[in-house]
Amino acid sequence: MTEALDTFRAETRAWLEANCPPSMRSPLASEEDYVWGGRNFVFKQPDAKLWLERMGAKGWTAPTWPAAFGGGGLSNAENAVLQSELKRINARPALFSFGIWMLGPVLIEYANEEQKKEHLPKIVRGEIRWCQGYSEPGAGSDLAGLATKCEDRGDHWLINGQKVWTSYADQADWCFCLVRTDTSVKHEGISFILIDMASEGVQTRPIKLISGASPFCETFFTDVRVPKGNMVGRLNGGWEIAKRLLQYERTNISGFGSGGGLDVVDIAKHNVGLDDSGALADRDLRARIAQHKMFERAYALTTQRAQEEAKAGGNVSHMASMFKVAGATLNQERCELMVEAAGNRAFGWAGEAYTSEELGVTRGWLRSKGNSIEGGTTEVNLNVVAKRVLGLRDTQ
Amino acid sequence: MTFTLSEEQSLLKDAARDFVREQAPVTRLRTMRDAKKNGRDPQLWREMAQMGWAGILVPEEHGGAGLGYVGLGLVLEETGRTLAASPLLSTAMIGASALILGGSAAQQGEWLPKIAAGETIAALAVDEGAHHAPEKSALKVSGGKISGGKAYVADGHIADLLVVAGGEAMFLVRGDAKGLSRRELVTVDSRGAADLSFENVEAEPLKGGAALRDAVLDRARIGLAAEMLGQAQAAFELTGEYLKTRKQFGQVIGGFQALQHRAAKMFTELELTRSCVYAALAALDRGGDDIAPWASLAKARAGETLHLVSNECVQMHGGIGMTDAHDAGLYLKRARVAEGLYGGAAYHRDRYARTLGF
Repeated sequence: MTEALDTFRAETRAWLEANCPPSMRSPLASEEDYVWGGRNFVFKQPDAKLWLERMGAKGWTAPTWPAAFGGGGLSNAENAVLQSELKRINARPALFSFGIWMLGPVLIEYANEEQKKEHLPKIVRGEIRWCQGYSEPGAGSDLAGLATKCEDRGDHWLINGQKVWTSYADQADWCFCLVRTDTSVKHEGISFILIDMASEGVQTRPIKLISGASPFCETFFTDVRVPKGNMVGRLNGGWEIAKRLLQYERTNISGFGSGGGLDVVDIAKHNVGLDDSGALADRDLRARIAQHKMFERAYALTTQRAQEEAKAGGNVSHMASMFKVAGATLNQERCELMVEAAGNRAFGWAGEAYTSEELGVTRGWLRSKGNSIEGGTTEVNLNVVAKRVLGLRDTQ
Repeated sequence: MTFTLSEEQSLLKDAARDFVREQAPVTRLRTMRDAKKNGRDPQLWREMAQMGWAGILVPEEHGGAGLGYVGLGLVLEETGRTLAASPLLSTAMIGASALILGGSAAQQGEWLPKIAAGETIAALAVDEGAHHAPEKSALKVSGGKISGGKAYVADGHIADLLVVAGGEAMFLVRGDAKGLSRRELVTVDSRGAADLSFENVEAEPLKGGAALRDAVLDRARIGLAAEMLGQAQAAFELTGEYLKTRKQFGQVIGGFQALQHRAAKMFTELELTRSCVYAALAALDRGGDDIAPWASLAKARAGETLHLVSNECVQMHGGIGMTDAHDAGLYLKRARVAEGLYGGAAYHRDRYARTLGF
């Protein structure tokens, strides 16, 4: 077993050495360097395209997915080796993808063979970029109150309604969408459907956020015709799939820090300075940063523990909400400390008086306010922990 | 695989849980306290020694089990759950590791078998003022004898063997040594302690100086953090049961969102702290010289978590939590002492920052 893994490590190292372009072996400088793939994606560097093509062909953008659907077909142990080898050479992620993080895992679990064959390989290769049609103006925390109508028109489904907070809908090729197929019941009247964003009647409108960026859109569906084969799972069986997908989403958001790779300690050292003993001159800030660093370590260790327990066969899916809340709190705390440590260097909005890192701290801080809202608010996730994990209910 | 227990460790943990549930429930602490024994329960310590716990760290050639820090930590966690009053931490963790790390062959040969058999109780004498400050010491050393004072020595009132830190050096002092006097402290957690004074007391040096002092203290901190994790988990479960049964306004109070969210927050803190404590214990078993940040991480997080949970335990119980008859107060009292012992969260935040270079 160990021997086989050693061989795999050697082969992996050699392959990466030959195939990871040197320019892809450095940390991502900003969100602009993220590779999202899709029909219309514009690569900033030719090497990024090459890196994606090579990793996609190998299936290593989705290392543990079945090889039959384009994935890497690796075991968890092999994937751990791959990830450590990627980390060793500082390799950039070849692909950022909602298809890989959220949709793929539920397709593998719930979709029919035809759907898996159609969609999974394109996700792995980064050919199709997906967006998530969940929230609506009237259905935020109460997601199951969604109203986007999906009617059976014999040879097709007809969709009418509006989604909101659809991440990158304006750049996405396809949308995985929750729709209402029965208005007489709530959770049991929801279905999970896949919609080509190029269909007639689909419109997107970016929403400008407090950070100045527009990662989210309003998405409108007006008499959109969707083929009958695009529903995943059974009619009115979408809520179960929706919840499973949220677990994947929550795990991913929680591990997704904003503010780039900047370290709060470096920012504090630079802007506050050290005293004669080598300690940060602002003792109060220093204590809070130390506490935050312990939180960060504790969070990372707990992620590692959950992974080990999952490998050992334990069911840790219920932990997703806990990780979502803790991860959002952690990132927001980090962003607040970075802004505080940067002092008036974090008051800038634009212009050459501020470095791109400084502006990134400020924008990242504003962006982080969404961490406790997106993917289920902190309050909703605390409800989930209290009810499902701790067994606290209204009546006993 | 930092967090995966061996079969031996799992068995040890299960045995410990069964033992404390049957032999050392919280009522045993209460009985001992009401009899004004101030931490003395020699029968319980004998039973623990018979379980092999006093010698978990002690190598087999000295009569111990040589099971390592994770094993001992799991037992400490279980004894923490019921607030079992025993010198397990000061003897099996602190005394044994001081001898294993810094004892001569003769010292090890004399003391380790007695520690493993539960015949010798050890205690660590380090602080001299009201706050944890191991570097500060006015202890005078001259001609193999020490003079000075030590404050709040946990289990110092029952110890047969004292591990004494004096600035840059560490010593062994016999409990019956001439010139040693003790002032017994009756403590809020009912565990007892002592202030010690030394007047030209014979002291045998241990090898290792300040590095040994820090290594022993870090083991004390990690072991105590394991005990605190058990206390916090038990206080949390006690609170959870109450939330599920206490009715007001025609429903169980656990249905109120204001309490649900605070319970979920406690659960999260407990899970995060559990990872830190287990990782610190595993780091001890790995060896290596990077223990300082692990110890400070575990002790600070355990202190903060236990503080939160023990306070919420009283608050969520309402009036009943303020009564002496309820266990909530026992957890709160032990929490306060454990939080401060060998450095509180503020002390360890400062130390953690230093190890991270700011």
